Parts: sequence; structure tokens; C-alpha cells
Amino acid sequence: MTALRVLLRRVLGLAQPLEREMEEEVGFHLDMQIAENIRRGMTPQAAREAALREFGGIAHTKELWRETHSLPFVQVLWHDLRFGLRMLRRNPGFSLLAILCLTLGIGATTAVFSWIEGILLRPFPTVAHQERLMAIAGTNRGEPGHTDVSSPDFADFRKNCRLIEAFIGDRITGTTLSIGDQAERATASVVSANYFQALGVHPILGRGFEPQEDFGRNGHPVTVISYRVWKERFGGDPNIAGRTQMLNGMPHTIVGVAPQGFLGTFVGWAMQFWVPSSMEELFDSGGYKLDDRGAQWIEGFVRLRPGVTEAQAQAEISAVARRLELEYPATNRGRGVKLYPLYQTPFNNARTMLPTLSIAVVVVVLVLLIACANVSNLLLVKAFGRRHEMTVRIAVGAGRGRLLKQLLTEGLILSAVSSAGGLLVAHWCRNLLVLLLPARGGTTMTLPGEIDWRVLALSTGICLAVTLLFGLVPALQTGKIDLASSLKSDSGGVVGGKRKALVRSALVLVQVALSFVLLVGAGLLFRSLRGVQATDPGFSPRVLSTYIDWVSAGYTPQRAREFSEELIERLSATSGVESAAFVRVPPFTYRSFSSAPIVVEGYEPARDEQPQSDFDEVGPGYLATMGIPLASGREFTRADTDTAPLVAVVNEAMASQYWRGQDPVGRRFQAKGKWLQVVGVVRMSKYRTLTEVARPFFYVPIRQSSLGMSLVIRTHLAAETMAKALARHVHDLDGSLAPGEMITMQEQVDRTTSFQRVAVTMLGVFGGLALLLAGIGLYGVMSYSVSQSRRELGLRMALGADAAVLLRLVMSQGLALTAGGVVLGALAAVGLSRLIGPMLYKVGPRDPVAFGLAFVVMTAASLAACFVPAWRAAHTDPLRALREG
Amino acid sequence: MAKEKTDVLHGSLALMVLRTLETLGPQHGWGIARRIEQISGDVLALNQGTLYPALLRLEQMGWVASKWGESENGRRAKFYSITRAGRKQLETESAQWERISGIISRFAKPTGEPL
Repeated sequence: MTALRVLLRRVLGLAQPLEREMEEEVGFHLDMQIAENIRRGMTPQAAREAALREFGGIAHTKELWRETHSLPFVQVLWHDLRFGLRMLRRNPGFSLLAILCLTLGIGATTAVFSWIEGILLRPFPTVAHQERLMAIAGTNRGEPGHTDVSSPDFADFRKNCRLIEAFIGDRITGTTLSIGDQAERATASVVSANYFQALGVHPILGRGFEPQEDFGRNGHPVTVISYRVWKERFGGDPNIAGRTQMLNGMPHTIVGVAPQGFLGTFVGWAMQFWVPSSMEELFDSGGYKLDDRGAQWIEGFVRLRPGVTEAQAQAEISAVARRLELEYPATNRGRGVKLYPLYQTPFNNARTMLPTLSIAVVVVVLVLLIACANVSNLLLVKAFGRRHEMTVRIAVGAGRGRLLKQLLTEGLILSAVSSAGGLLVAHWCRNLLVLLLPARGGTTMTLPGEIDWRVLALSTGICLAVTLLFGLVPALQTGKIDLASSLKSDSGGVVGGKRKALVRSALVLVQVALSFVLLVGAGLLFRSLRGVQATDPGFSPRVLSTYIDWVSAGYTPQRAREFSEELIERLSATSGVESAAFVRVPPFTYRSFSSAPIVVEGYEPARDEQPQSDFDEVGPGYLATMGIPLASGREFTRADTDTAPLVAVVNEAMASQYWRGQDPVGRRFQAKGKWLQVVGVVRMSKYRTLTEVARPFFYVPIRQSSLGMSLVIRTHLAAETMAKALARHVHDLDGSLAPGEMITMQEQVDRTTSFQRVAVTMLGVFGGLALLLAGIGLYGVMSYSVSQSRRELGLRMALGADAAVLLRLVMSQGLALTAGGVVLGALAAVGLSRLIGPMLYKVGPRDPVAFGLAFVVMTAASLAACFVPAWRAAHTDPLRALREG
Repeated sequence: MAKEKTDVLHGSLALMVLRTLETLGPQHGWGIARRIEQISGDVLALNQGTLYPALLRLEQMGWVASKWGESENGRRAKFYSITRAGRKQLETESAQWERISGIISRFAKPTGEPL
């Protein structure tokens, strides 16, 4: 209690310095003592001296009193701060340069951490306790990658797992949202009924979903809309609950409005509305799946109970999966389940962003270090300029600790200003990632950075760490001032000159080395990207694709079939069009292919193997249109209708895996309980990404259904021309339909490499920035050393050295520094590049081309940085240099 | 100096100040210093200056209060007085001092008893 009161009084003491009162009190004391001494018979002079002696040091007493009166360290800090600010204002050029360097470094770091926070660690705004959320996905034994989870499996997990508080089903979907006379592509989610309650998200109007809305085939046409849709499309109507909205051709009752900021649970996309699981068939391709254990469609999340570890939850759910395997071998043999931390979620853009952002962390830390080295160098130069001030301050009794504190305070001001600037940079950059990524299907992605208290805390930590990093070297150097020699020779002697030059050179060496590492990284990723882009997708990249959405127009399967046949006929008759075909899911889109367990006649699977394959539904002439060549047999024709015998075309990987190299044409296999006859084999092509490994895949003819479909067109017309022609045809057939955007397959393919491009762009930008900073550092050191050795240079000239010799002398000094940095950097790069090895495609982590390229760029940059100081050295006027020296 | 003076033991100054204020009532700093020197028979080398930070600390602890007033010779001076908390503190502190000084004196004048 007493301690607290003392502290409080001292804090108050900060606000009311009572120096004058104290002085008056001391004055009174002395006067009384002098009067007393005189009364004892001393002369006034002696009385005064005795009084002072008895009192002890007045200055010392005052100092003691001041220390007791308030909080001395605060006062010292305040004083240092004011002094530091004055010093920085006196050298605006230096201050601006230092702040700029640091702001870039800290800003980049903060931006990357805010992305990591907003995209990977806590990607779902307004969702409670995200640290207990995990993603859940299926696995197939012996196969890499993940699958979705079927509804019956999901229900069994929910029933049997005690360590898991909630299972949250989710599936991204899309549709055209027509409100009034305005139609817009919208992303949406099919979610389990417990979705909002389990996430801790409370609708601001109406309600979330109710348990029974999970069941019944298309039985509960209700929807919760997003805040944005409510505000922008419904004008914020307070009586929105209960209104009806057409979605995919079916009237849905709007039951609630999600709170502002809640965007759903799919990293990368903001959801516009949500429907319950029972509406799966209407919104997801591939038919009714709620009762089908073989139909995997749920991309789910689980919420662990408090205190439960990942490993415990994983063990429990794996045990349940093993029981299901025994109970339902036909669908579940070899099936497992895996829980992922949110940042590793395999089915949304966390997975695509994780490698990019991991690289980004390393890169920005390197850039930050380079920036620190630069500022450190600047401070060293400045400290040299201030050595006289420092010497005087030491001479009049300032402790070295006090001096160190003063210098660090100045550093702290620099980094605090830069941190504030860095936060601004991060704030401006929070949506930058989306700009680097192309819009898809008419909607843009959402990948926001999140600046919350954690990012702020981290930024503060960086600010302090950085201050120590760049401030300590110069401060310690200053601490080594040799008083006597310093005061004696103020102008000529270089105080610790050799040492300081050494330290500065070391700093430049580090900068060059770090930049070299970044350049190698950029080179490797760039070469890898080129390797990916040079990969043959196995189909013609010039084919155009678009999407026709007759779902929202409420087409029946019959009408959809008539429409599509008529449209293909019209297109085929259009001049410039070679062929056109419908396909359920074109390659390289996000929409995933259907997957089914298969039984191949004559193939004996291993004991725990469950043969399984992805498949796609394609119209007549699809393979020819896409330019995927047949290895044998035929592709589908218009005769392959729903009533004709069931047929399939398999790819080479499937043929070699299940028919062991024999021609499978004419053989049979079973999928989803139906026997299909193989009528053709196609050559391998890529389905999802250019880097995927070859896996079995088969095609079946398009079934009659009311689902929307994509259209691929082989033509030499440009995309815009074709889009107009198609729009005309579609409009002639049905005025209420409009096709989606028309893009080439090449663009479609490029979209899957967009994340790699982001990584390359980021490394390129930061590599360039690092190079610039290192160049400035090198330039600074070289010009400084030239200006310091003017006398020597003049002497050499006077003795007959010509300009070329001097030029070579300085250049070789700079290049020696560069060479040292490059050697260090190369060693570091060999160690570090192994980390990005898994991201590299067809390029080794020690790729000589990347290293060579980095070497050339670094050398060129340092030549440029050294040339100006070298040129200045070569043009030294010997007379003036000698006279001034 | 002929007389050997003893340094004021750390912490004992507070006790002296409080006792002085308790006995004499409100006093200014110089008065307190004079009183301490008189009581100690000029044996204690009190650096009079150290009294002021000590008074400030006692005030922060809430054991003394201060007020500006007029001195005996008509000048403005700061007067200190002991508070209720100060009296309580004085009691506990003097009790402790007596105990400790008893122990110390047994060490200082060994009587042959085995320690």
C-alpha cells in the first residue's frame, strides 16, 4: 500500500516539479546556519564557509532530492527524447534517409505479418476461438493429397468423437444472384445447420439454421444472407426476414442476416449467402449426396473442446475412421481422415498462400536486416561527425552508460517513427495480394491483412529489436572514444578510424550477402515458374471456355438438353468455329471433379486398397474440341445417350494401372454401382494443375440434369468476337440467359499458377529493394573512404599515378567487398535454398543458372555503386587535395 | 577534528526525524537538524543536506506532512509535522531498534558467554 502511494506521489511529482520551493528551503536553512555561526562569534565569511561545509554538497543534495521527488529515469528519457528530436531535426537528410530505409523494412515485415494473421492464423473475422478450429479432410491410403468427406461419414464422426465440440460442414458454391433487375455472380456456401452457432457468429437479424434443416432432399429452401448483400442489394431492409429470393431457380426464404465482417469460412472468397446441407443437390454438381457414403463433398471444420490437443483429437477421429472402414468396406476401404491446423487447410486458399507467405517471411526479415545494416552505417558516419560533441560530453562527466542511452534513444525515435510509418504501409497494403491475383468468374478474391493487437505487439517488438540491431554497433563504437587524443587532435586524427572503417565494411558485406541470397531465391522461383509454364497441359491452350448458367433460370433437365443440343448445332454452323462441346467441369477450374470408388473387372486390388478415380461428364466431341488425342478407341457421340449402354473413356494412367498395359477398349468396370464399358483411351493431360502427378481419370457422357455447364469452343476467332457471337446465339434461344465470361484455356491455366507468380513478384520486388539498399550502402562506404583518403590520392597523383590507376584502385576495393559478400551470400544461399526446394519445379535448389544470374546482377549493381566514388577519386585535384590535407 | 564522529546509520535518520517531530511538534528542516545534532552531542556527522531528501521520502510515505509558514525570525519556511501514520511507524521502528541495539551491544561487549 505504502509503496503504491509513494509511486503515485512520484508520478504526480513528474507533473509538478517543485524545484523552486526546494531551493527556497535550502536557502532558508543556510541563512539560519550562518546566523547561528555568527552568533557563536565567527566572521561572516567564516560563518558562511562553515555553514556550507556542514550542509554538504548542495548540488548533490538537490540531485538526491530530485531523484526522490519523482521518477528520474522518466525525466532522463524525456530529456533524451527532446534532445534526440533536436538532433534528428538538425540533420533532416540523414533522418529522412534512415526513416525511409526503416519504414520500407518494417512496413514490409508488418504487412507480411498482417497477411499471415488475416489469411493463415485467424482467417475468419468475427469467428470466436479460432485457435480451437481445425480443418478436416479425407485421405486415401497410399495416395498423396486430400479428399472431401461424405455426409454419412461426417455424421458418424459427429456422433462418435467426444473430444470434438462441433463438426462444421461447408462447401463452396456459386450462382447468379438476381435481385430486382440486377444480376451478379455470387459465391455462397452449403453449410451444416449448426454452422453459425458452432462458429459463435450471431445473425444480426432473424436466425441461423435449425437442426432439421440438415435433412430432406432439397427440403429446406432457406438462406442466411451476408451483411453486404443485405445492405447493397436489399437496401438494409429491416424487415428482410421472411422475404423470398429465387436461388438456382427455387424460391428461398431469407431467414437471417450475418453480422458485418463475417465473410464465411473459405479463405480467399467472401460468401454472399449460405444455405443448409439439405439444399446440397440444388447447389453442388454431381447429384444428391446426403445418403451416399461414397460421395465426398464436405469441406469441413471441427472445433476441439478446450484443452484437447491436435494429436488427441486426431487419434480419436482416426479410430472412428478405422471402424467405418471395417463396417463399410465397399466405400470406405483405405479411407482415412486428417485434421489440419487452419493455416494448412488443404481445400481453400490457405494452402495456396502458405508457401508464398512462408517465403515472404524469410524475405522481409532479410530486407529488414539489410535496412538495419544501412541505417547502422548511416549512424556510424553521423557518430563520427559527432565525435567532438561526444568527447566533450564525456570530458564534462557524462557516464558512458548515459551516452549509450542517449544514442539508443535517438535510434528509438527513428525506429518508432518508422514503425508508425510501417503500420501505415501495412494498412495500405492489406488488400495488395488480391491485386496481384486475377478475378475469377466475375468475382474478385478477398485476402485481407488483419492488423490486430498481435500484429501491433509484433511491430513494437520489431521496433525495439531493430533499434538494438542498428543502434548498438555505432553506440558501442562511440563508447570507445579515447578522450585525450580526441580532444587534442580534433580535425586530422581519425578516432578509431581503422576500426570504424572495418565495421562499416563488414556491414556492407552483410548487405551484399543478404541481397545475393534474395536474388538467388528470386532466380530459382522465376526459373521454376518458367518450368511450370513450359509444361504441356495435354490439351490445346487456345480453346475458349465459358459457363452457361441455366440453373438460376430454373431449367428442367429436358429443357436443358434441348437447349444445349440446339446451341451446339448453331455454334457448329458459325463461321470460324471448328467445334464446340459441353463439359460438366472443365480442367483447371476450382470446381472439383466428382470422384467414385471403382471395381475393375479382372483386377484384384491389394488387401487394403480401394480403387478410386475422379471423373468428368463430357458432351459429344469434347476430346476433339479440347485437342486431347485418343490413344485407341473412340470418344462419345450423340448416340451415347442416357438410354444407350453405359460407356466410358479412360486415361492412360488408368489403363496402365488397372489393365496392366493391355488395351482396355471393350473391357468393363463398375462405378457408383453401375457397369461401364470402356470405348476409348485418351493420352495424359493435366486436370487441376500443371505440376500434378499422373493419376487415373475417366470420362462419361453428360447425364441429363438441370445443372449448369461449361462450354468449350475450338475456334480461331478472338475471345471477344466469340463471346459476342455466343451471346447472340444464346439470346436467340432464350432471352433470359446470359453466358459467363469467355476466356482461353491458357488463361484458365495461368490462374492456377497465379500464386507462384505472386511469390516470384514478391521476391523480385524485395530482391530489387535489397539490391538498391545494398547499393546505397556500398556507395556510402566507398565515397566515405574516398573522401577520407583525398590526401593520399592527391599524393599518388602528384607522384605520377594517372586517373586510370586511381579508378582501378577504388573500383577494386569496392569489388573486393562485393566479392566477399557474394561468397558469403552464396554459402548462405546454398543452405537456405534447400528450404524452398519443395516449391521448385524442374529446378534444383542449387541451379547454376539462378546462382550465375544473381552473381551477374550483383556485380553489375556494385560496379554501378562504386563507379561514382571511383570517378571522383580519379579526378582528384592533387594541388587542392594536398593543400587542404 | 579531534572528536571521532560516527556516520548516521542507514535508516536511523527516519527514526530521529520522527522522534524529533513527536517531541517538539512542527519544525522546519534547520530546526530538525539542530535538534538531532544536540541530542547526539555533536557526535553524529549528519550531512545536513541529506535531511531534505529524507524528509521528502517520509512525506511520500505519508509519515510527515509539510506546510509553509512563518519562522521565529519572520521568514517564510517549510514546517514539518508528524502524522498519525508517522506515530505508528515511530512506535514499531523504535521497538525494533531497541531489540536490534540490544543484540548488537551484546556482540560489542562480549561477557565471556559462549556465543
